[in-house]
Amino acid sequence: MSIFVDESTKVVVQGLTGSQGRFHGLRNRDYGTKVVAGVTPGKGGTDVDGIPVYDTVAEAVAATGADASFVVVPPKGAATAIIEAAAAGIGFIVCITEGIPAQDEALFYNTLIRDYPDTRLLGPNCPGVISPGKCNIGITSGDIALPGGPVGIVSRSGTLTYQALHELSQQKVGQTTCVGIGGDPVPGTSFIDCLAAFEADPDTRAVMMIGEIGGSAEEEAAAFIKQSMTKPVVCYVAGVTAPPGRKMGHAGAIISGSQGTAQAKMAALADAGATVALNPTEAGERMVEIVKTLA
Amino acid sequence: MDLFEYQGKRYFARYGIPTSAGGVADTVDEVVAQAQRAGYPVVVKAQVKVGGRGKAGGIKLARDAAEARAHATAILGMDIKGHRVRRVWVEHASDIAREYYASFTLDRAAKLHLCMVSAKGGVDIEEVAATDAGAIARLHVDPVDGLALERAAALVEEAGLDPEARGQAAELLVALYRCYTEGDCDLAEINPLILTTEGRVHALDAKVTLDDNAAYRHPEWEEFAETETLDERERLAKEKGLNYIGLSGSVGIIANGAGLAMSTLDVVNQVGGSAANFLDVGGGANADVMAAALEVINSDAAVRSIFVNIFGGITRCDEVAKGIVEALGRVDLRSPIVLRLDGTNAEAGHEILADHVSDRLIVDETMLGAARQAVALAGGAR
Repeated sequence: MSIFVDESTKVVVQGLTGSQGRFHGLRNRDYGTKVVAGVTPGKGGTDVDGIPVYDTVAEAVAATGADASFVVVPPKGAATAIIEAAAAGIGFIVCITEGIPAQDEALFYNTLIRDYPDTRLLGPNCPGVISPGKCNIGITSGDIALPGGPVGIVSRSGTLTYQALHELSQQKVGQTTCVGIGGDPVPGTSFIDCLAAFEADPDTRAVMMIGEIGGSAEEEAAAFIKQSMTKPVVCYVAGVTAPPGRKMGHAGAIISGSQGTAQAKMAALADAGATVALNPTEAGERMVEIVKTLA
Repeated sequence: MDLFEYQGKRYFARYGIPTSAGGVADTVDEVVAQAQRAGYPVVVKAQVKVGGRGKAGGIKLARDAAEARAHATAILGMDIKGHRVRRVWVEHASDIAREYYASFTLDRAAKLHLCMVSAKGGVDIEEVAATDAGAIARLHVDPVDGLALERAAALVEEAGLDPEARGQAAELLVALYRCYTEGDCDLAEINPLILTTEGRVHALDAKVTLDDNAAYRHPEWEEFAETETLDERERLAKEKGLNYIGLSGSVGIIANGAGLAMSTLDVVNQVGGSAANFLDVGGGANADVMAAALEVINSDAAVRSIFVNIFGGITRCDEVAKGIVEALGRVDLRSPIVLRLDGTNAEAGHEILADHVSDRLIVDETMLGAARQAVALAGGAR
């Protein structure tokens, strides 16, 4: 099994007619994802390589039965696009848009919680989700993922997610689902959401979690692991040597004072019983060892 | 982007938050002129983006022109924790009856805005939080609801602000919330927020961090960007549109993706080296981007070796390899490169590189191995 998406997931791409939307939307379809529609206001009635385009998400849902959305629109339009998808009854929204103001994120996150509690948002500023062999929504390269499990991956960083997929696939260790939650201040889906879903998924037998400096998401995940996870978790936290008080690309990666440092996060995760690796390669090696003991 | 105090006060003023009247000065004569305008006694405050200005001697009271001149001479050019003082703020000295604290920021764990108010202001608020957590009243604000005056009033009462300050403080909080949300701040903090002996409440300091992602809807921020203090390397990187942060080590770092770049710093450190920078070239590691990145690193005299760490996802490794080869032809590098290239089409990438490998371009298959080689070339482990 997989979490959040599977082979039956039907995807509408918001922004399919843009260069990014077209590139990633068609890539996702080539991977085998059911990309059933695109939405661009004013371009309804056209198509992108055979995928019908609608003016609104509601129209796309009515015509195609889409149940997931892939939001590939510029920061200015992202908030409106996300709320539109939720209002149209979409249950799972992936937003890869980078550079959305934090005030907008806080507002649409809380609007979703209040008005559309059944809708899950992944991202923004995330690589998306891939369930190898079944469904790929986002920008992850399908070539580096290996179907079959037993490992679930959840990560705050894009390239480190790819790195983790690659390291495991090279060792012939497959993945059930790989979720990039993104590094922005208000992610729609948290580590805990993913850990809980992996814990409940019978095919996932171990979880790799990749965090980074800033915020307290890893500490919260550690508390969850300690209380509720029976499956082994291998962790890596990037940014051990990041200088205090500097932003390193991700809005989420800010250290302030002692809170949010990689060291504090690693200590909390180790205390929760997770295996903590010092670099991505070591994390892959630890996971391969753990998977061997599961067989 | 962090604002200087004087910029923060001007930003506050746009939203109707009362601040002390004053002006900026870059020379001793300008300080005296501003002091004349504000009326003695005045306070001369160093404008640096770092805390602890007062303790460092960067904030002084002047009762007349002679004192203003003496303080200005001492403060302008002063070094405060590595920040050179190029500008001061001069304002009429307030008669302070009480000092409070007020701020808005995002509580990332709660995913709500957090307002904090304390009657114990004027000191290090983190110290207060650590030793007397009860002295800080907290209120979560859901952005869907916004902040109503009644809730602000209840908060200042809970915080124990003096009765004569409460009405003004509550109104100020509502204005500060507007500044924080509509003004796209990551942080809007007033410490101290003062009650004067005449019974007026106003902001004596301003700490504002703007959310760079919102710059597109704030043309008025341009004046703040002009005064950003960047070192030469950072200036060059910004020109070229690269995500660069200068550090003090000897191994130059280029990686794709912020997470991988941070991870690269970590690995260099683990094998005993130190990074000269953080540089994320993003997804498209083509020849133009790679040449720009190498130029910036080449401009750093402390760099002895360059560790290029690329993981090809959508960007295929053969394209990256072509980009690196082309960039090498364009930039006359002082330092050798150690390259780790892995991911999609890695083999094709390594074939392209094979003809160019030398003691100036070393290829290593793993992150750790490449880090070791780069550190050795930079003069070895600590």
